[in-house]
Amino acid sequence: MGTRGYRYKTSHSQSGPGDGGRTGSWRVQRPVLNTELCTPAKRGAEACFICWLYCPDCVISRTIPPVIDYEYCKGCAICAEECPTKAITMVDEADHQADDDPQACSPEGPRPCT
Amino acid sequence: MHIIENGNVAAALGVKLAGAQVIAAYPITPQTPLTEKLSEFIEAGEMKAQYVPVESEHSALAACIAASSAGARAFTATSANGLLYMHEQIHWAAGARLPIVMCVVNRAVGAPWCIWNDHQDSISQRDTGWIQMYACDHQQIIDGVLKAFAIAEATSIPVMLCYDGYLLSHTYMPFEVPEEESVARFLMPFKPSYALDPADPANLNTVTLPDVRMDVTGEMAHGYMEIRYLLQEDLRGALAFAQQTEDRFKEVFGRGGDALLEPYRCDDAEYVVVGLGSLTYQLRDVVEILRGEGIKIGVLGVRLYRPFPDEAVTEALKNALGVIVIEKAVSYGYEGALVSDLKSALYEHLKDKSRAPYVRGMIAGIGGRDIRTAELATTLRAAIAGAPVELPNWIGIKL
Repeated sequence: MGTRGYRYKTSHSQSGPGDGGRTGSWRVQRPVLNTELCTPAKRGAEACFICWLYCPDCVISRTIPPVIDYEYCKGCAICAEECPTKAITMVDEADHQADDDPQACSPEGPRPCT
Repeated sequence: MHIIENGNVAAALGVKLAGAQVIAAYPITPQTPLTEKLSEFIEAGEMKAQYVPVESEHSALAACIAASSAGARAFTATSANGLLYMHEQIHWAAGARLPIVMCVVNRAVGAPWCIWNDHQDSISQRDTGWIQMYACDHQQIIDGVLKAFAIAEATSIPVMLCYDGYLLSHTYMPFEVPEEESVARFLMPFKPSYALDPADPANLNTVTLPDVRMDVTGEMAHGYMEIRYLLQEDLRGALAFAQQTEDRFKEVFGRGGDALLEPYRCDDAEYVVVGLGSLTYQLRDVVEILRGEGIKIGVLGVRLYRPFPDEAVTEALKNALGVIVIEKAVSYGYEGALVSDLKSALYEHLKDKSRAPYVRGMIAGIGGRDIRTAELATTLRAAIAGAPVELPNWIGIKL
């Protein structure tokens, strides 16, 4: 409670990742990208990027191939719905391998298991 | 310069002198002539401000919230159901800590429809986190607008300046219009604590979580509870700041004195009548009548109702035998809000509880019912004599 400047008397947020916390933990299903169907990945060219455009949380990169940031992806599935080539599918989070899940704990990772 | 004008014009002149930059308002009786006058000033080029003719009171305050967030000095005014239509935005303006000033031209709340004066509208907004001041005459209206901006901008808390519909808004009386040079010495140009800046984009009043959290810069950000605690803390601090502002006003203009209370013949009073607004000046006549009969009575006007001056009220009433609170509003299902607040203050701060004055609440002037001086005198005589009175006692009820 030491902080009483005006900035602290209201709720402000600057643009940037993580101002609302690591929202990836809210996810029930995760979007998984199949690069064999993804247009920019297949062509090796800047194209489509409809998933990048539609993602309401800006967690899909405008890169070849697009990369989904699972730290902040809430699993809304809009990308999977909008992808014209059905390259994104929603997979149950519970079924997913823990070792490639940045939200999951691991003995050597940033979130040790307790 | 001394002029003779009505209370709404006094308010409009105050807003013009304060240099409000954005005015958004929707007309409602008896506030309408105030906003009409402001739009005339702007149309005539006498006032450099943006007038936003909105489609509702909710939008009026929303526009002021946006303007204030962008760093403009913003003003609105309303009455009765218009004020209630703003209610959601009234909470918002306080939580967002925006120094908006609003005149509430007090009017009864429907249903049934009633355009005349009482205090139900502004009293029902007492818990929104705004500072509430009540004016008793036109001088206090025009001066009050200037003080309201000074207090709002220094505390980052919005201020309601309340004055009685018709009794003040539409009556004419002489008052002094402050000189521009003096106003410039009293009221500094508005420097917002925070203003929207396209070069540094930010979200304002974003969702907070039940607990504190790390923000994007890696700093701990307050949760909702901390932000609301700081509003309460600053409101309590505004009691002292309101008095400092009053002292500074007196230095510049030579008027005023007590920002919290306005006592009249209270020094040796055994009985004190307490109230808000113009009624307390009418009660001075009653005090004169009863003093002529040998009754030691005074009147205490509460000028600042929120934050409530609990310690000052206790100090002012500690030697009284009896306190009679006459109010133009009811917390329906119980009693007047002011008498509840006053009893709470006495219970909290009075050291010797055995010497506590008896406190009686009364209701008067609901929906503009005439409050007759002779009737007030009769009622007070009976109250002082200890006549049994049903609570709440509604003066002048014809049932």
